[in-house]
Amino acid sequence: MAAPAAMQKPRLGTRVVPWIALAAGILIGTSGLIDQIGAYWEDITYLSQGHMVLVAASGGAAILTGIPVGIWLSRPSMERSAETVMQVFNIGTTIPTLAVIALSMTILGIGFAPAFFGLFVASLLPIVRNTYAGLLAVPAHLKEAAHGMGMTPAQILFRVEIPNALYVIFSGVRTALAINVGTTPLAFLIGGGGLGELIFTGIDLMDTGMLLAGAVPVAMLAVLVDFLMGQAQLHLVPKGVNPLR
Amino acid sequence: MIRLENLTKVFETPNGPVVAADDVNMEVPEGEICILLGPSGCGKTTALKMINRLIPLTSGKIYIDGKDTSTLNDVELRRNIGYVIQQIGLFPNMTIEENICVVPKLLGWDTERAKKRAAELLDLVALDPKLFLKRYPKELSGGQQQRVGVIRALAADPPVMLMDEPFGAIDPINREVIQDEFLKMQSELKKTIMFVSHDIDEAVKMGDKIAIFRAGKIEQYDSPDVVLAHPANEFIADFVGADRTLKRLRLVTAKQVCDADAPAVSRHGRAKDAHAMIREHGTHVAVVLDADHHPVGYVTEDMVEGASGLVHEFARALPATVPARADLRAVVSEMFAHDTMWLACTDDSGRYVGVITQPAVTGALGETYRRAGKAA
Repeated sequence: MAAPAAMQKPRLGTRVVPWIALAAGILIGTSGLIDQIGAYWEDITYLSQGHMVLVAASGGAAILTGIPVGIWLSRPSMERSAETVMQVFNIGTTIPTLAVIALSMTILGIGFAPAFFGLFVASLLPIVRNTYAGLLAVPAHLKEAAHGMGMTPAQILFRVEIPNALYVIFSGVRTALAINVGTTPLAFLIGGGGLGELIFTGIDLMDTGMLLAGAVPVAMLAVLVDFLMGQAQLHLVPKGVNPLR
Repeated sequence: MIRLENLTKVFETPNGPVVAADDVNMEVPEGEICILLGPSGCGKTTALKMINRLIPLTSGKIYIDGKDTSTLNDVELRRNIGYVIQQIGLFPNMTIEENICVVPKLLGWDTERAKKRAAELLDLVALDPKLFLKRYPKELSGGQQQRVGVIRALAADPPVMLMDEPFGAIDPINREVIQDEFLKMQSELKKTIMFVSHDIDEAVKMGDKIAIFRAGKIEQYDSPDVVLAHPANEFIADFVGADRTLKRLRLVTAKQVCDADAPAVSRHGRAKDAHAMIREHGTHVAVVLDADHHPVGYVTEDMVEGASGLVHEFARALPATVPARADLRAVVSEMFAHDTMWLACTDDSGRYVGVITQPAVTGALGETYRRAGKAA
C-alpha cells in the first residue's frame, strides 16, 4: 500500500526544510543580521509603499488593458489580423525586461512614469496571450449551443466564453504579476524608487544588512502576491471548469 | 407546425458557389417528428440550422405555426425553438440547474419558477433533482448529460424543437434507452420536431416522417413504412439498405399481427374438447392456459388424438412468450432463438393475447407490396 507508507515517511522536502530554516535562523541570529536589517526599518516601510504602488499601478493597468485586448483579438471579426498582432506581442516578450526599462527611460526620462510604463509592458503580454488563447479554446459547440438558445453575443461572452476561459486568464495574470513583482526592483535604476534602492545600494556598498533589508521584503511580497493570486484562482473560477477544485 | 418554402442556401466558396439546400419544400405537421436523413454533406444539417438562423438563408421562407419567421429577430426566434446538438453543449461552468434555466432566464422568468421547472424536467427523465440540480456537467455520464441537453431545450416549453444528431455520440445501448425515453416523453409533450440523423435505424424508430436528402434536395418525404417499402428511386433504395424489408420489422408490433382467435384451452379442460377445437381451427396446436389466463404450455393435434383425460396431462411447456407490444424484430429474434414457427403473445400483466406465427409475420411485411401491386 503506497499511500500509507508515504504518510509514515515524510518526503525529503518536509524533513529538510525545517532544518534549513533553523540553520538559517541561527546563522542570521548569531551574525546580528536581524539587527542590521532592523536598522533600515524606516527605509523599508517607506520604500515598500512606493514599491507596492508601482506593482499595483503597473500590474493593475496591465490587467485592465490586457484582458480587453485579449477579448478584442478573440472576436470573429479579428480572426485574420489577431495572429499578426500576437506575433508583435511575442516579439515584445523576447526583449529582456531590463532592456524594456532602459528603453522606456530613453523616451520618458527618469522617475515613476518610465518605471510604470516598462513594468506595464512587461506584464501585458502574458495577460493578452492567455486571455486570447483561453477564449479561442472555448469549444465551438458551446458557442453554437449558446447561439442556438438565443443568447446575444454579449451574453455569450460574459456567461459562456469568459467563465470557461477564466482559469487560463487567471494563469496569465498570475504569471504577469510574478514577472512584475520580480522586475520592480529594477525600477530603482531609472529613478522609479521602490525596494530596489536598498538592494542595489547594498550591493554597491557591500552592506549585507542593507541588501537583505531590500531583498527579504521583495521576496516576501512575491510569495504573498502569488499566494493571493492562487487563492483568487481557486475561489473565483467556477467549480465546473476549475481543475483545482 | 414547421413549413419550409423554396428554402435555398448557396455558400460562396473560393471554388465557386456550392448549393447546400436547393429549393427545399416541406411541412412538418404539429406534434410530429420529422427526420432529416441522408449521407454527410447532403444539406440536412444546413436545412435544420437555417430554421433557427444559425446559418442565414439565401432565399425562401420558413413558417412556424403559420407565422413567417423572417418577421422575428434572431434572438427572439431562437429563444422559442428548442435546440439540441450532438456534442450536447452543456455549459461546464454552470450547474445542471443553471444550464436548464438558461432560456427561461433569457425570457425573463422569475427565479423560483425557473428552478421549479428545472426540478420538474429532471424528474421527467428519471434523474433525481435532489442529486443532480447542483452538480456540474462533468460529474455526469454521457447519457445523463444528453438527457439534460434534451430537457434544457424543453425548459421554456417551446412548440418546436430542432435536434442535430442528438443521440449520435452516445453508446448503442444507452442510445436505445434514451431514444425510448424520448419517444415516451414526446407522446405526452407533442412537440413539432425536426431531427437530423444519418442512421436509417434511428430514423425508422423515431420518425413519423422521413425526409431523405441528397445534394441539397429532398429525394423522398414519406412515413418510414413507405420509405422502406417503396423507395422512390435507386439512391434511396441503396441508402435504406438491401435489408430494408427487415427494417420494417420494427414498425409493426406483435399485437398487430397476432391471431387472437387461435385455439386456447384451459389446462383443466378435457383433451377431447381440445382436439375438436384444434381440428376446427386447422392450426395443429392449441395454447394451454392456467386459471389466471396465463399461457403455460401447448398441445398439438397428435398429442391429443383420441386421448381421454385432462389437457394438462398431455401439455408441453411453452419455449417462450412475447409481449404483444414488442416489435416484430424482437418476435422474430425470439422465434429463431427457440427454433419455433409460432409464439404466444401476452399483455403487460402476462395474460394470453393470441398466437403469432412466422407466416403471419412474413405476410404482414409483404402486405404493402401486394397492395402496391394491386394499385398498379
